[in-house]
Amino acid sequence: MPRRKVLEDELKSLMGDIMRLGEKVNQAMLDAIEALKKRDIAEAERIIAADKEINALRFEIERTALVVIATQQPLAHDLRILASILDIAGELERMGDYAKGVAKINILMGDKPLLKPLIDLPRMVEIATNMLKDALTAFSNDDAEAARSIPQRDDEVDALYNQIYRELITFMIQDPKTIDQANYLLWAAHNVERLADRVTNICERTVFDATGEIVELA
Amino acid sequence: MPTESVYAHVNLESNYRRRKILNAVMLSLTGLTVLVAVVPLVWITVYVVIKGGKYINWALFARLPAPMGAPGGGVLHAIEGTAVMVTLASVIAIPLALLGAFYLLARPNTSLAHGLRFSTDMLAGTPSIVIGLFGYAVIVVVQKHFSAFAGGIVLAIIMLPVVLRSAEEMLKLVPAEMREGALALGSPEWHAALKVVLPAAMEGIVTGVMLGIARAVGETAPLLFTALGNDNYEIGKIVRSGIRHHQSVGKILGQIFAQPADALPLTLWKYAQQPYQERVQQAWAVAFVLMLFALGINILARARLAYRRRKLYG
Amino acid sequence: MQPETAVVKVSAGAQPAAAEADTKMLINGVSVYYKAFRAIKEIDLPVYENRVTAFIGPSGCGKSTLLRSLNRMNDLIPGARLEGEVLLDGENIYAPGQDVVDIRRRVGMVFQRPNPFPMSVYDNVAFGLRLLGLRKKSVMDEIVERSLRAAALWEHVKDNLGQSGMALSGGQQQRLCIARAIAVEPEVILMDEPTSALDPVATLTIEDLIQTLKEKFTIVIVTHNMQQAARVSDFTAFLSMDDDRAGYLVEYGPTMELFTNPRKKLTEDYITGRFG
Repeated sequence: MPRRKVLEDELKSLMGDIMRLGEKVNQAMLDAIEALKKRDIAEAERIIAADKEINALRFEIERTALVVIATQQPLAHDLRILASILDIAGELERMGDYAKGVAKINILMGDKPLLKPLIDLPRMVEIATNMLKDALTAFSNDDAEAARSIPQRDDEVDALYNQIYRELITFMIQDPKTIDQANYLLWAAHNVERLADRVTNICERTVFDATGEIVELA
Repeated sequence: MPTESVYAHVNLESNYRRRKILNAVMLSLTGLTVLVAVVPLVWITVYVVIKGGKYINWALFARLPAPMGAPGGGVLHAIEGTAVMVTLASVIAIPLALLGAFYLLARPNTSLAHGLRFSTDMLAGTPSIVIGLFGYAVIVVVQKHFSAFAGGIVLAIIMLPVVLRSAEEMLKLVPAEMREGALALGSPEWHAALKVVLPAAMEGIVTGVMLGIARAVGETAPLLFTALGNDNYEIGKIVRSGIRHHQSVGKILGQIFAQPADALPLTLWKYAQQPYQERVQQAWAVAFVLMLFALGINILARARLAYRRRKLYG
Repeated sequence: MQPETAVVKVSAGAQPAAAEADTKMLINGVSVYYKAFRAIKEIDLPVYENRVTAFIGPSGCGKSTLLRSLNRMNDLIPGARLEGEVLLDGENIYAPGQDVVDIRRRVGMVFQRPNPFPMSVYDNVAFGLRLLGLRKKSVMDEIVERSLRAAALWEHVKDNLGQSGMALSGGQQQRLCIARAIAVEPEVILMDEPTSALDPVATLTIEDLIQTLKEKFTIVIVTHNMQQAARVSDFTAFLSMDDDRAGYLVEYGPTMELFTNPRKKLTEDYITGRFG
């Protein structure tokens, strides 16, 4: 039987909450892009409303983590886990905001059709959300190796973003009437790009959690 | 594993009743025992107060005995003799006992310490009359006369183990940190013992000393062979005669110790056997005085301790 | 391809001055025996000047024994013997010809249970000064006041220096003992679980005091309370017990490092409460 059952149970439950929060964020981003693709305004509104749940869960995690710190006096690895959980909960909440941002763009675009069928953006989202999923798995497994390698996939996201950027710029130059539409899509892509960037922060936390080293993963 | 509650198998009510009864019985038993212990004590006290109290008068403390059969007179000789011998015994026994106790504390496991402990235990268990005989053989026979000095020495021997072992126990109760605290400040061991450990154990040591003195005051048998008894023992007379003959202080002191002397319990024992009514009455009065003395010592010691405790612990 | 990583040591910034401190004492291959039993074995440790060094470890791991070897308090225990050397300013305090009284003057001690002497507050603090041969009343008064101030006790006792030291509360008694120890201006102060007999508020007062005391003194503290070690110390040594019950040094390092990222598994298990 573990010597610190209460602490370990709390940590396990907090870790579960983080995974749950991560899934919600992931799903929100996927849904937001899907809704954008289908120009489904109602779905976009639902996503914006659902962001409140994400925020609430983040604060719930923070509160619990603070109580555990105050009552259990964690040290060493336990302390690093809790510090990381606090940090990652914040990161995930911000990622949720990016999903909300995409949904807002969808609403702002109103009844105008898409400039072109979305191809690169869904691919970008797929990579970014997979990165997030893998990063959280690495975090829950205390897997520094995996955490170190995940940020490399951000290069693909960046490459896709650049491609979308160039494509949309081309649209704008060819036909200034498309500037509004193109700009909206650029924002959407930017939100996805930022989400992938923040995955790197989670990976850095994971390395700290596992090894105690504070690293910059480029 | 049984799933039923333990309460399915017991009768709480009868269990509680049984326990209460048992408790009441045991409590009454202890109360009874206390009564059995207290009754003789009260009885003796009341008896002595009634029998002796009425013969207490000023002369008893101020006069030497009247001639056999004559009324009046007192036991000044015995009071002074007791005072002289117990003082001598205390002066010898208490410092020795304390030094011995400190040795036992500092070096508890040396063979000397074991020997000391064993011999004090033996001494404490030796009948006092045997110690009196020893005093007779070693002092009286050698000096060729009975004396207050010989009496004081045997009383010191009797006091020594009582004070030593109680002092040792009390010193042991002083937290080791107290002594170490002094040593950690660079205090030599004797200094730490004298300045820190002894004051800390003072309460208990004083109690032990009082017990020792009470023991010495109450001894009769060993004085039979050493101090013998002396109806004319009077310090005032010795001092006055000394001054008249221009003797030195040392010489006068020597006189006080060189003479045979009486003591309260010794007087009690002798008077109680005499056929004269006045003497028997005085024996009761002496018994009363001895009791008062014991009481006085106790009250004094307790008052002192209470004062000290207030000073130390606020 | 491995990504480039910039490694920043967690605690390096937390203890900027730690590395710059001079070595005040050096424990060099020290083993202590009680008759045939080896209580601690082959311990090597530095004690840095004007820093707080904490010894932690499970009961019976020899941390008190190690502490007491720093001012030769173990000498008092019959059959105790030390191998190795303990250097104070580079000199072995166990070398023949060293005066134990002088060593204890230079390396003072505060004990687990507050142990004020059965005398007045003033006399408690003056005890060590009188031992040194100080006779001048005016100087004595001044040092007593200074020491009581340094121990954060002056305000409580200044109006009644004649009251008995034993009449003070537990926390005040311990501060009196600290005042008594610092009155003789030692260079190092050893503290053997100084707050284990105190309530939480008195404990925090003593901990605060330790922080101000380290400006003038080098402090070595044994504590059962890991949070306390984390709060008050700059360096921590973790000791544990071997199969033969001899205490040995598991890990030593800057406190913040030891408590956030210990190098040894055993240390981690101990400080997170999973062993010991």
